[in-house]
Amino acid sequence: MGLEAKLTHDGIITSTIDAVVAWSRKNSVWPMPMGISCCAIEMMAAGDPKYDIARFGSEVMRFTPRQCDLMIVAGTVTYKMAHVVKKIYDQMPDPKWVIAMGACTSSGGMYRSYNVVQGIDQFLPVDVYLAGCPPRPENLLNALMQIQEKIGRTKAREFQDKKLPGIAVNQNN
Amino acid sequence: MAPLKELITQKLKDKFGSVNFEFSEFRDELTILFDKKNVVEVCRFLKDDDDLQFKLCEDVTAIDWAQRKNLPTGQAARFTVVYHIYSIKYGFRLALKADVDQSGCSIDSVSSVWKTADWEERETYDMYGIIFNNHPDLRRMYMPEDFEYYPLRKDFPLMGIPGSITLPAK
Repeated sequence: MGLEAKLTHDGIITSTIDAVVAWSRKNSVWPMPMGISCCAIEMMAAGDPKYDIARFGSEVMRFTPRQCDLMIVAGTVTYKMAHVVKKIYDQMPDPKWVIAMGACTSSGGMYRSYNVVQGIDQFLPVDVYLAGCPPRPENLLNALMQIQEKIGRTKAREFQDKKLPGIAVNQNN
Repeated sequence: MAPLKELITQKLKDKFGSVNFEFSEFRDELTILFDKKNVVEVCRFLKDDDDLQFKLCEDVTAIDWAQRKNLPTGQAARFTVVYHIYSIKYGFRLALKADVDQSGCSIDSVSSVWKTADWEERETYDMYGIIFNNHPDLRRMYMPEDFEYYPLRKDFPLMGIPGSITLPAK
């Protein structure tokens, strides 16, 4: 990293717990790829060597929510799918963040219709809204950097006393 | 062999003398309108006849005429159920139509003739609320099962009815 060359002898650095935890958290944001429609293609492109999301430590797309920190909701969320998205979000351990990727997810987009949720912030706490239809991979990386900046400002113990979400049971889903 | 168009017309007239068929043509495609009570027997005949062989049911859908005037049949039926069928052997496409009134709002299912009609009729039921009699499994397809409305009806608002579909709690 270049740091070790500057550190002679024992190489001890002093810092705060908050700074170290935030630094490690923000550089290993594991995404939950909630790829619902066409935005998911651009999300996959962000993982390829050309755009290389690994530069930000987020190449580990986990397909189980229990290992994820960041949910990328990429695509049109219908009322029926909303229950699934929420259920997966509830399974992610704290601390967790959400990117609403693309116009549909942020506001319903061009689907101004009875079956599409007009913005997932109606049932999820969204951290970053991402414009575009679909947004380019650079744009997704930019959103990820915004998330990193947000994580960098958190305190280590901030999430300890957070209440667990109630378990919602829906017979239809 | 006579062109299939004339053959269909002739065969249907011979076979179902008592049924009133209305044949119309648009851009070389034949459409046949007839009474809904004959739908199953007409469909079965078109599928099983050796010279026609309409073995593929491409689509079952409906039209909501809402406030239509000057009905072709002279009666104020609100819906028309449309079947698109295709003869793979003879490369011929045919549209069948039957009017369905809003009161009762039902028609016999053709899923016993074509298996594919099963889901297509479910979709039509989901969107228009038309009940298909003798259907093996008439459930909603796209909308939640406890949804009370039919979204493709003309009196259904574009943005839906607020509160009719639940969202998860925040």
